[in-house]
Amino acid sequence: MTSPLVECRGLGFTYAPGAAGGAFAIRDLSFEVAAGEIFGVIGPNASGKTTLVRLLSRVLAPSAGQVLIGGADVGRLPRAAVARDVAVVPQDGPRDLPHTVEELVLMGRYPRAPGRFFESAADRAAAGRAMELVGVLGLRGAPLDRLSGGERQRVMLARALAQEPRLLVLDEPTAYLDLRYQVECAGLLRRLGREAGLTIVLVSHDLGFAAELCDRLLLMAGGAALRIGPPESVIDEAVLESAYGCRVLVDKHPLSGRPTVHLVYPR
Amino acid sequence: MSRAASASAVRLAALLAGLGFVAVLIALGALFLGSARVPPADVLAVLTGRVKGVDQVVVLSLRLPRILAALLAGGALAVAGAGFQALTRNPLAEPSVLGVSSGAAFGVIVAQVFGLGSGLVQAAGIAACAFAGALVAGVTVYLIAARGGGLPVHTLLLAGVIVGIFFSSAITVLISLVDFDRLGGVVHWLLGNLGPIPPASLAVFAGLTLAGLWLVVGQARPLNLLALGEESAQQLGVDAERLKRRVFVGAALLTSAVVAFVGPIGFVGLIVPQVIRMLVGPDNRVVIPAAALGGGAFLLLADTLARNVVAPAELSVGVITALCGAPFFVYLLRARAVRSDP
Repeated sequence: MTSPLVECRGLGFTYAPGAAGGAFAIRDLSFEVAAGEIFGVIGPNASGKTTLVRLLSRVLAPSAGQVLIGGADVGRLPRAAVARDVAVVPQDGPRDLPHTVEELVLMGRYPRAPGRFFESAADRAAAGRAMELVGVLGLRGAPLDRLSGGERQRVMLARALAQEPRLLVLDEPTAYLDLRYQVECAGLLRRLGREAGLTIVLVSHDLGFAAELCDRLLLMAGGAALRIGPPESVIDEAVLESAYGCRVLVDKHPLSGRPTVHLVYPR
Repeated sequence: MSRAASASAVRLAALLAGLGFVAVLIALGALFLGSARVPPADVLAVLTGRVKGVDQVVVLSLRLPRILAALLAGGALAVAGAGFQALTRNPLAEPSVLGVSSGAAFGVIVAQVFGLGSGLVQAAGIAACAFAGALVAGVTVYLIAARGGGLPVHTLLLAGVIVGIFFSSAITVLISLVDFDRLGGVVHWLLGNLGPIPPASLAVFAGLTLAGLWLVVGQARPLNLLALGEESAQQLGVDAERLKRRVFVGAALLTSAVVAFVGPIGFVGLIVPQVIRMLVGPDNRVVIPAAALGGGAFLLLADTLARNVVAPAELSVGVITALCGAPFFVYLLRARAVRSDP
């Protein structure tokens, strides 16, 4: 078995008292993500998912434990070095920036050569490949504020790919997408995992989306891991009930056979 | 389309060439025009070293240093403005609006009151006091305006105005306490005056301005990423804290150098970067270097007007920039949809 790309060991984090930001603490969290794996992080609001994204991308420094990417402690690396390994696709891209698609994607090249003032021809080629891979090359000159939600997300994905990372972290990729774009997004991520050999950590509210796409899931509750394993073992009625505090029915997707969740609405 | 050079680099080169041409034209105008009527032929003769006497003094010791001072001060103010705007993500931020100029001016007055020798020592001492004042004012404004990791647009402006008023009042107190003769010309200076600047001062001024330009211009690329928000910038590899410190120190240095040697001139840092952005878009790698040249050209034009419109008397150059800048500020506030705080 190959060594894991991501190792979180005894990870803990507490926000300073009074700090705002809608993110929550994490305690004693340990897991590994194998190279090439698509790994899902699910859990109710306030379970610490966003905090985990910030710890993986070194926006926050853990108060306990460590995050290792390819064996290196991200806490000891300069920010640009972390950004060469880990790229984050945020929930929603900037809406009111006066930039074009290509200008935004080129920003993903910064960590590759932070000392460079203008991007090189190689940088522009890499940005072009990233845009092509996610199908936004035709939009390269378009201003960001003219894009649809689905297009904006693919542009953010292209920016992350332009970083040429080993690990791609997506924070709620389907949050602002309607059904068609959700399907497109799933296809795209699967393709990136298979063809580009990327390791993907997917943080999502959408249990069906995560179960469909991910090799393994981490279910978080109250800042700790409630269960880690293949979707069939995590998407379980009793487990979900204890995490979310409401009754659900788990079923199989008629085509993929992956678990799907039905909510039980009060009558 | 050529793929050899980045689009931003091409845009910057074209803009610098255009602005350089305009700056040379304005500088020629400034060299030939003035209340002392030196005929154009005599100006040329002085420049080629064929004439001595009064004309030589007027052209080489009065007009030429003044042109250099205007180019330096305008460039410094415009780059400081662009730096503060990128730093605070607020299109209306600039040294005088943020109160940083007033803080620097207070430092200068304190240095004047205590007296600091003459020549190079005096120039360096005044600049150091101005820098300290600018840092204190800038940090104070930040502490007043910062809310939960952000800097709300309007709170920042109000904090800047309040800190500016405080330091202006403190200046007034110092001036009233001290024998007025020791602060000769202080009123003229407070309005911004590019009048005769001794060679030692000009040298210190140039050195500080170049250092400040290096600090801010060099960070133009990560400043573009900072516009995405601090968290995104960090995830793209920007050391946001270090970036903000560098640009703040650089912009404060530029502001204090201008205040120390030509006085608190307002609005150049607002007008110039905004006009450049309207022309070429938001890329700081184009906007900030172009602001250095464009600001110099703009202030030189304003000063040439100030010297000539009411000749033989002279207006303060700060009066001209404020007359242009205040309406422009209102225009930006209303027409260009400054985002309101959530």
